Amino acid sequence: MKTNLNIKNRVAIVGAGLTLFRRRMLDTPKELAWGAVKMALESAGLDIKDVEAVVIGSAPDAFDGVHMKGEYLSDGSGGIGKPTMRVYVGGGTGVFTPIAGWWHVASGLFDVVIAVAEEKMSPAQPHPQYVFKHIWDPIIERPLGLNLIWIFAMEMHRYMYRYNIKKEDVALVSVKNKANALDHPAAQAAGKITVDDVLKSEILVWPVQRLDISPVSDGAAAIVMVSEKIARRLTDSPVWVEGVGWALDSTHWTNRDLSYPKYLEVAARMAYKMANIENPRKEIDVAEVYDPFDYKELHHMEGLMLARKGEAPILTKEGITQRDGDLPINPSGGLLGVGNPIAAAGLMKVAEIFWQLRYEAGKRQVKKPVYTGLAQAWGDLMQVGTVIIMRGG
Amino acid sequence: MFEAASRAYADAGIDDPRKTVDAFVTCEEDFWSGISIFDEFTPDQLGGVYKPVYTITSDGLIGLASAYMKIRTGLFDIVVVEAHSKASEIITLNDIINFAYDPIYNRPLNLNPYFLAGLEATKYLHKIGGSRYHLSLIVEKNKTNALKNPLASYASKITAEDVNKLKPIIEPLNPLDIAQPIDVSIVVVLARSDIAKKFTDRIVWIDGIGWATENPSIENRDWSNAAYARIAANMAYKLADIKNPAREFDMAIVDDKISYKELEHIEALRLTGGKNVLRLLEDGEFNIKGSLPVNPHGGELGVGWALEASGLVAVLEGVHQLRNEAVGRQISAKKIVIQSWRGIPTTTGAVAVLTIDN
Amino acid sequence: MTKEIKLYGHGLKEDDLKRVILIEDKPSAKYSWSAGTAMSRFLLELKEGRIIGRKCNKCGRILIPPRMYCEVCFRPTDEWIYVRDIGRITTAVVSYISADRARLEKPEVVGVIEFEDAPGSGIFHRLNIKPEDVINRSAFGMKVKAVWKPKEQRNGSITDIEYFEPVKE
Repeated sequence: MKTNLNIKNRVAIVGAGLTLFRRRMLDTPKELAWGAVKMALESAGLDIKDVEAVVIGSAPDAFDGVHMKGEYLSDGSGGIGKPTMRVYVGGGTGVFTPIAGWWHVASGLFDVVIAVAEEKMSPAQPHPQYVFKHIWDPIIERPLGLNLIWIFAMEMHRYMYRYNIKKEDVALVSVKNKANALDHPAAQAAGKITVDDVLKSEILVWPVQRLDISPVSDGAAAIVMVSEKIARRLTDSPVWVEGVGWALDSTHWTNRDLSYPKYLEVAARMAYKMANIENPRKEIDVAEVYDPFDYKELHHMEGLMLARKGEAPILTKEGITQRDGDLPINPSGGLLGVGNPIAAAGLMKVAEIFWQLRYEAGKRQVKKPVYTGLAQAWGDLMQVGTVIIMRGG
Repeated sequence: MFEAASRAYADAGIDDPRKTVDAFVTCEEDFWSGISIFDEFTPDQLGGVYKPVYTITSDGLIGLASAYMKIRTGLFDIVVVEAHSKASEIITLNDIINFAYDPIYNRPLNLNPYFLAGLEATKYLHKIGGSRYHLSLIVEKNKTNALKNPLASYASKITAEDVNKLKPIIEPLNPLDIAQPIDVSIVVVLARSDIAKKFTDRIVWIDGIGWATENPSIENRDWSNAAYARIAANMAYKLADIKNPAREFDMAIVDDKISYKELEHIEALRLTGGKNVLRLLEDGEFNIKGSLPVNPHGGELGVGWALEASGLVAVLEGVHQLRNEAVGRQISAKKIVIQSWRGIPTTTGAVAVLTIDN
Repeated sequence: MTKEIKLYGHGLKEDDLKRVILIEDKPSAKYSWSAGTAMSRFLLELKEGRIIGRKCNKCGRILIPPRMYCEVCFRPTDEWIYVRDIGRITTAVVSYISADRARLEKPEVVGVIEFEDAPGSGIFHRLNIKPEDVINRSAFGMKVKAVWKPKEQRNGSITDIEYFEPVKE
């Protein structure tokens, strides 16, 4: 890979849309995708006729209950009669979809692309958790009845053990994000809770308790990505995609050091290099960091090199990651507060950075001036890190 | 997958993919493999640990298109595309195909998933004035072509008359009209032009590529036209500067998962030059010795249906033909077109134009 | 994008489900996976009460679970090698819920065990230790040994090992 000298075409985001995030929605997956795409196109001042290609992101087909989910979603996403493709990296999909949208435009092949992410988890019975039974190795893991929360709990515990972190420190993230989400129109799980509430909540798999985790959700998000010449025609404040990065760790998670997300550091370096960022802690003004569990916000902050190893809880305790802090993290309310329709959640974060960089985030707008923002997602067997870096025009 | 990747790297002259390859694409659908989030299980075998790896839930040729775009951005020099099929591990294959139908409007009918093909074949044959016999000619051509292809699993010395005699499973289709599954793993290495020249002088170029989805709703689609193939072909031809597709290609590989589709796709790709596709078929123009050989390797009817790897099976044959490595069925080819379709119930496919220098 | 904006979507509460049309379907998705060379041997050895790994002579790692290629060196692994069924706990958790989110009667302790003879290796399995030891973190680094099912009950599966339990240092 080369530095950005070789990249000839700039790509901008000029519109974004979301649906509500709820535990269960009446709307079909197609309708959800449509709702998000419609809002994104309207906000960009474009029509579906203007769209030249569509990138769809959606995580396990088993949730919605349709094989070849990308085909099924293609009409709701605006992809009829157009080049359409679906990308998939588990939970990392929400940030990977705009990365794929980026290369559609940066390749010079398309000027206007929709990137849409949709997830409907509620159809899965008896409980969407059950679907996660099928992500494990069928031979050495499934027979033991491995459960998704177990695996996150194992990672969380290793991280906490390694850096001597207390549950109270981790709970602060849940408190912050759920409070932030009170100002988000799509929010499903917003609320004013305390550290005590978290510590008293139902213990699921020690050290994970009920208020440490994000809810199961249905929802969709979409953004419009265009070439430079179109961006300049449409708006005075395009948000440029300046860095993309992603990396996948080995399948064999039991052979890994779970206390540090190395794959995320690799992905982050790729994005930072492209965006010419040398000191992320100083140069990133605001970040949406993937938080399906509260400890993940801390874990990922360190993988992104926004904090030194073991230091993220300290930054949190000191209020640095609040909206009025020096490095606001998850001003949207994150997955903990807004909801976690897997692929759509990541794209919701990208949309949040988009709005933040344009000063359109209403009460969620962070206090400090913002120019460079970052959104990140994570998924698979705790394997993939996807990172996107954006800058205001 | 490790074996296929190792061979591809050896063919490309890459000693250490961990250092050389910039990104990896894998093409798979969860329900084919029975594992949710399939890309979890891919990086190790390809050399992709701690590297950019992702899944395209689509055919290998569309995976190739995404790799092509990545290289065009300037950010990536070398990208690897992988696709495979382990259809032999799927016990309830037809049920899974059924699972792709709309859960509210179509699935409750609980039909053999190929009913859609029967309906479309009937309408298409009626539109072009074709008959059962024409479908049998295609089955005969592809299965006998496959006899010369060491990679083919379903070759046979069969005649159109033999095919005609079989009982239909869904009118007008009988069992031989539908390609049967195989297992395979294919890895393709792509590089930007200036980089490619450092590795080999037998370079196969992707001059143009296109893909499209028409309409997932079976009630709202065109039942006798492979519009997705036409849109994809137009995009590919534009990039490759193809003005007269009927004349410019030395051979074509089109998707024949179901026999009648071969004709639909030939028309959609504008390969008939205004002539009647049935006459061309009857006159043997699509045979190996004809003016436009179609599926000299046997197509999917002869080689087998490789699920999402179908498009890369076409690429593999295209590469063999262009590099003069297609022993027993070699066509003198400098410029070819390949096309793939994702199979029922989809209306999605891709087209690529491949060439080789002298 | 302020709080006041009305977004698309119609949320439903659990009892709303009684009032809307629901269509039920159960996919018939059955598979028969081949275990592959490395895993097949691993399972056969488990039946014999032994743990086997694959060694990569280039980086020196013994890989457990075993695989025929080393993903770091990207080359085939070189030889089979037995290891003792003794290891240390690298992480552990206490589960109060099942895979279907139902409450368990008796909490289960599970974790990852790194084999003493193969640094960097690790498998996931059940642990026969007190939940308190997990919560107070004394489980981390604890030395454990596999407890095997009786030979007649073993059938070449990861569950041929009942669980791992502590041993003296």
